[in-house]
Amino acid sequence: MADLKTNLLGFTMNSPVIGASGTVGYGVEYEELADFSRIGGISGKGLTLHGQYGNKGERLWETPSGLINSIGLQNPGVQHFIDVELNEMLELKQKYGTVTIANLGGHSEEEYVEGAAMLSDSAVDIVELNISCPNVKVGGMAYGVKADAAGEVVRMVRAACKKPLMVKLSPQAENIPEMCKAVEAAGADAISLTNTFQACAIDLEKRRPVFNNIFAGLSGPAVRPIALRMVWQAVGAVNIPVVGLGGIATGRDALEFIMAGATAVQVGAANFANPRAMETVAQEMEAWMDAHGVKTLDEIRGCARNAE
Amino acid sequence: MRAACCEATVLRNEVIAPDIRLLTAVWRDRDHAPHAGQFFTLRAWGADEAPFLSRPISVHRWNPDSSTIEFLYQVVGEGTEKIAQLKMKDTFQLTGPMGNGFDVPEILRKYKKIAVVGGGIGTAPMFQLTRELAAGGVKPDVFFGFRDTPYCMEEYRSIANLVKVSTDTGAVGFHGFVTQLYDPADYDVVLVCGPTVMMKNAARLCAEKGTPCFVSMEKKMACGIGACLGCTCETRGGEGKSVCKNGPVFDATEVFF
Repeated sequence: MADLKTNLLGFTMNSPVIGASGTVGYGVEYEELADFSRIGGISGKGLTLHGQYGNKGERLWETPSGLINSIGLQNPGVQHFIDVELNEMLELKQKYGTVTIANLGGHSEEEYVEGAAMLSDSAVDIVELNISCPNVKVGGMAYGVKADAAGEVVRMVRAACKKPLMVKLSPQAENIPEMCKAVEAAGADAISLTNTFQACAIDLEKRRPVFNNIFAGLSGPAVRPIALRMVWQAVGAVNIPVVGLGGIATGRDALEFIMAGATAVQVGAANFANPRAMETVAQEMEAWMDAHGVKTLDEIRGCARNAE
Repeated sequence: MRAACCEATVLRNEVIAPDIRLLTAVWRDRDHAPHAGQFFTLRAWGADEAPFLSRPISVHRWNPDSSTIEFLYQVVGEGTEKIAQLKMKDTFQLTGPMGNGFDVPEILRKYKKIAVVGGGIGTAPMFQLTRELAAGGVKPDVFFGFRDTPYCMEEYRSIANLVKVSTDTGAVGFHGFVTQLYDPADYDVVLVCGPTVMMKNAARLCAEKGTPCFVSMEKKMACGIGACLGCTCETRGGEGKSVCKNGPVFDATEVFF
C-alpha cells in the first residue's frame, strides 16, 4: 500500500491533497461529504484585514471545462476568522490531522502586514499569502504581476509573520521564474501556483460583459496544462517547496504535478463537480502508485524532470 | 445536518407539460431526510463532463415510506436537458439536502391563516411545503400563477383549503398576476416561491399590509453548501448571505428592501 504522507514546511500531512482557497470554505462545509482522513490540509477562504461583501452582480459563469468566478474576496475579516472560523478548522485538524492554512489577501502593503501579524499570533499552521486575486480592484493581483512589487510585499509580510509563509502566485505574472526567485529571495518558505487565470465573458442577450468588473478568474480543467507548465518553471527556479494547483480533478492530474516536482497539490474547482474530489484525487493517486509499485511520493517527485 | 452525496437510481422521469418534467428517484438516507424548501444538486453526467456545475433543484415531494424523492423541474439549458434524458434504472449523482428550507414547525407555531404563493416552476417546492403544513394541521390557501398551462395542481385538493390559479394568457383561471388572487391582509403569513419580480411584488404587497412574508430565492450555485460564496445575495444588513446555506428561504424584508 502506497504511503501518501507528505511533509510540507515541517507539517506531516495525510496526503499531498490540500483544499484550495475559495472552494472549500473553511473545510467544515465539506466535512460530511468527504473523508478528511485522506485530505492533507485546508486552505481557508481568502481573508482581508477587514471583512468585505465582495463583488456585486454575477459571480459565476460556466465555460467549457471550467468556471469563471468573480467573488471578490467576500470574507469576515482576519479578527472574525481568528475568533470563529479558525476554531472550526482547528477542530477538523484535531479530528483528521488536516493542516490549517490561512489565506490572506490585501488591498495595500499595510493591510497585508497587519493581517499577517495577527495571523502570526494565531494558531494557524501556515499563512498562504494571496498576491494574485484577479477579482479585487485595488491590491490583490497588482502585486502578482511585477516581481519587484511582489518581492517588496513579501519582504514586509515576512518581517511581521513568524508562521511558515507560502506565497500564492498569479499566472498573470510577467515572468514566472523571475517572480518565483523574487518571492524566495524575499523570505517565502513555499510557493503555491497558480491562482485563477484572468478571463472574460460577454452576455449576448444583454450585450454587455457578464461580470461587473469585466474580467474575472478562470479555473478548472481548462487551465490545467498551463498551470502545470508554470509549476514546472517554478520548481526549476527555486529551492523552496512548490505546491501546484490549477484544474486538478483526478489522481492522474495530481501525479503530473508531483512528477513535475510539486511537493503537494491543491484541489479547487473540482470540488464543485464532485464534492468528494479531494478524497477521490488522493484515492486515485494511491491506486496508481500501488499499480506501479511506487511506495512513496518521494520516489516519483520531480521524476519527469530527468528528461530535461 | 449537512448534505450527503450518493449515486441515486431513477424510478421515473415523466413529461408533465411542455419543458416540465417530474423525476422520481430513490433516496434511502433517512439521516439526510429533506424538508420543504430544501434542495439537492443533481448531476446526470460525469465530473469531467459539461456542464461544469451540478444543478440545484428543490424537493417537490419526499416520501419517507417509499424512500423516494421527487423533483419537478423545467428544462431550460444544458444541465436540465441532460437530467431530462435520465431513464428508469439510470443512476446520477445526488447531493443534499441543502439549504434551510421553510421552518414549518415555527410557521405552524406562529401562524394559523397561511397563503402559499407560487409562480411557474417556482411552484415545485410548494407541494412539499403544503403537504407538511397540512400534516401539521393547517391546510393553507394555495395561489399559483402560470404563463399559460397550469401543471401538477391535482394533488393539492386534499392538502389545501383553497386552490386558485392565474395565467398570463388567461387560458386557465384568472387572467392576470398571481398577486391579484389574494389580499395579504387576510393572512397571518405568506410563503412565496417564483420569479424574482413576482416575489418582489408579493413581498411589497405583504409589507404594505404588515403581513409576514417568506420567499425562496434562486441563484446560480457552484458548491451549494456555503463554501464558495458564489450565490451571495444582498441583504438589508449589508453583509450578504449565501442563498444556498443561509437560504434559499429568507424573511422577505431581509432580501427585498
